[in-house]
Amino acid sequence: MLRLIANRALVAIPTLILVSMMIFGLQKMLPGDPVLAMAGEDQNPQVIATLRLKYHLDEPVPVQYALWVKDILHGDLGASLRTDVPVTKLIAQKLPVTLQLAVMAMIFAIGIGMPLGVLSAANKGKALDYGANVLALTGMSIPNFWLGIILIFLVSVKWQLLPSSGYVSPTEDFWLSIKTMLMPAFVLGAALGAQLMRHTRSAMLSVLRSDYIRTARAKGLLRGTVVVKHGFRNALIPIVTVLALLFGELLAGAVLTEQVFTIPGFGKLVVDAVFNRDYAVVQGVVLVTAVGFIVVNLFADVLYVLLNPRLRKS
Amino acid sequence: MRNILLAAVLAAGVASTGAVMAQSSSTIRIGLQDDIGTLDPARSSQVVDRIVFSSLCNSLVDIGPDLKIVPMLALSWSMSADNKTLTFKLRHGVKFHDDEPFNAAAVKANLDRARSMPASNRKSELASIDHVDVVDEFTVAIVLKAPDAALLATLTDRAGMMLAPKTLTDDAGVSTHPVCSGPYKFVERVQNDRVVLQKFAGYWDADKYPIQKVIFQPIPDSTVRLANLRSGSLDMLERLAPSDVASVKSDKNLNFISMSGLGFYDLTFNVSNGARAPKAFKDKRVRQAFELAVDRDAINQVIGGGIFSPIAQAIPSNSPYFDASLKTTKRDIPKAKALLKAAGFEQLNVELTFGNNTVSNQMAQMLQAMLSEAGINLKLRPTDYAAALNASTKGDFELLYLGWSGRTDPDGNLHQFVTCKGNLNYGRYCNPDVDKLLDDARVKPTVAERKPIYDAAQKILADEDPIIYLYAQPWPYALSKKVQGFTPYPDGLIRLRGVSIKG
Repeated sequence: MLRLIANRALVAIPTLILVSMMIFGLQKMLPGDPVLAMAGEDQNPQVIATLRLKYHLDEPVPVQYALWVKDILHGDLGASLRTDVPVTKLIAQKLPVTLQLAVMAMIFAIGIGMPLGVLSAANKGKALDYGANVLALTGMSIPNFWLGIILIFLVSVKWQLLPSSGYVSPTEDFWLSIKTMLMPAFVLGAALGAQLMRHTRSAMLSVLRSDYIRTARAKGLLRGTVVVKHGFRNALIPIVTVLALLFGELLAGAVLTEQVFTIPGFGKLVVDAVFNRDYAVVQGVVLVTAVGFIVVNLFADVLYVLLNPRLRKS
Repeated sequence: MRNILLAAVLAAGVASTGAVMAQSSSTIRIGLQDDIGTLDPARSSQVVDRIVFSSLCNSLVDIGPDLKIVPMLALSWSMSADNKTLTFKLRHGVKFHDDEPFNAAAVKANLDRARSMPASNRKSELASIDHVDVVDEFTVAIVLKAPDAALLATLTDRAGMMLAPKTLTDDAGVSTHPVCSGPYKFVERVQNDRVVLQKFAGYWDADKYPIQKVIFQPIPDSTVRLANLRSGSLDMLERLAPSDVASVKSDKNLNFISMSGLGFYDLTFNVSNGARAPKAFKDKRVRQAFELAVDRDAINQVIGGGIFSPIAQAIPSNSPYFDASLKTTKRDIPKAKALLKAAGFEQLNVELTFGNNTVSNQMAQMLQAMLSEAGINLKLRPTDYAAALNASTKGDFELLYLGWSGRTDPDGNLHQFVTCKGNLNYGRYCNPDVDKLLDDARVKPTVAERKPIYDAAQKILADEDPIIYLYAQPWPYALSKKVQGFTPYPDGLIRLRGVSIKG
């Protein structure tokens, strides 16, 4: 187990280096200049020159990259070019927000996707199966932002049941925090839940065809017991793998969801930073996200081995 | 699994029983179009920053709704006979939020910082200042290198905002935690989320500010911003989308207030900035043909929801320098075609560069349709705002659709855009006569002396058309009926003096 973790961690290093180079390079290729954005409407040439010097933007790109990496190795991600707030502080401020959204969205996704998947597999070819499939396809096809806006109009504007946007920290007011996050988490979770339903269904179907399921039924066990206890537990292995992969989609979806619901999380931070060419923030946030993604997948690999004893030997 | 489901159902149940939490009636929540940038007035470059500053900081002087300059931290001012010394008498008993007293030394420290700080965005605005003298505790004299008629108006804005002197040495501190002398003091800022201000009990005019707490929330999507107002999560918002004007007007819970601003939206021709400047644009007849093909009234009705007031000049209609004799042209396609033909063109292919958003996109398409009737084929090049800015500076454009937030003094709307070496003269139009007039208007002290000079310069510009002014920047607000006493100003800033929340 330790060797597996060590192996994966070693592979992660070149991945990270490559990711950091891509983040840096792609951003430099964007048209637009952070200094022009900072200099504002007046575009004073003197100010522009000073800012360029201050942020080393007059140096060749490889030198800028080296300076950035040097700072990262010292634990310094720089400060926002726009607001002077250190990037590490911004990340510490926004990460819990996006994590809360992600966790609540996952609860929705799992809570909707898995039971529906199991039910529809157990009732293959029946009305329930078709209904669940239609629901899943709808969930996957509806764009996040559209569903978000429609929900804001219905739930917040028309019925005035939930706050329409923003963020309240759970430490400030726990229930209000949950209420504020409910709609965005549902929007984000719906699409993932739909995918999860499809994966659960197919995993369940292949398990339910197995010999031991037939044996269990032949023994006279209740159908429900067989489906949940014998079937679902075994179908869980591929589902965990899918869940880890969905984490990436979750982050991508969070970008849009946070825009629509004005949630001050990672996604909104990075989108605004891109528009303002706030290089330090974009680089810092994407790097931290990449590290997070690598860690989650490492975790999934480990979990996979734990769930499937056969993998431990190899 | 069952537990998780149960938890989700419970959470949904709890959420649906309680209505949206009511905020205390002494708090106002204001929805802004953009996230706020730096909170340092010397470095700020966005309109939304100024909206926050207008509650947080005080300037030496302010403007009234009629653009007249009125006292603020300075009670009175006078210009010396040679027009080179501007003397201010300051208000007594003013305190900064950290209890430091406001006095002449504070004014000097602030102006010196704004003039000398390397990253200051105020340098060009204050370039005419030679030095600042502290005459006595409440008298300060600004000595100029050369007469500068626009300086007083400049000091109504960020250049004239006063920060607590003790905080001035820490630039990063100022931009994250500014200490000013305005009616509200800084509490906290969460980037992309909110800026919170609390009433400053020691403010010299405190009893005129019934609201105790101000929360600014940047919500860039105008649909979502309005939805927040309708659901009660906001009390007012700025820059309502033109397409929503009609629905807000008919909403019995909302008020609609609009004001024509100081700024404008225009089409800038690349006359001679770099290799991309089309040869055709050197001929003023071609530029005039564009002007004649555009129908500003149609733009106002179709895209503007009636708030895009058509204009034909850079000076706002509420300014004493406005030239009422300059009228917008009536659309005339045959004449436009004739002008193009006379310049040697039957057909013209032109690329229009614009910062992409809902309104500019509609605008570009409408321009494309209108110009095509005159034989001008517009190719659209939407970019994001930062990229458009870059393209404009480099001359990487043919025709540019652009906005300017506007300045109180006419100099700020004209000089830098159309003088040969102007900072914002993206098209590099150059006419020595215009330069001479606009330079001259800068140093004349009175409206009576300056007005004829601006009139003369604008006559030339209207004929040569280096920039087609399309419509005045509007400041449309939507407010909950609970918000009372709000007065709009042409600079678009939200001044909370006298504003209260009922019920």
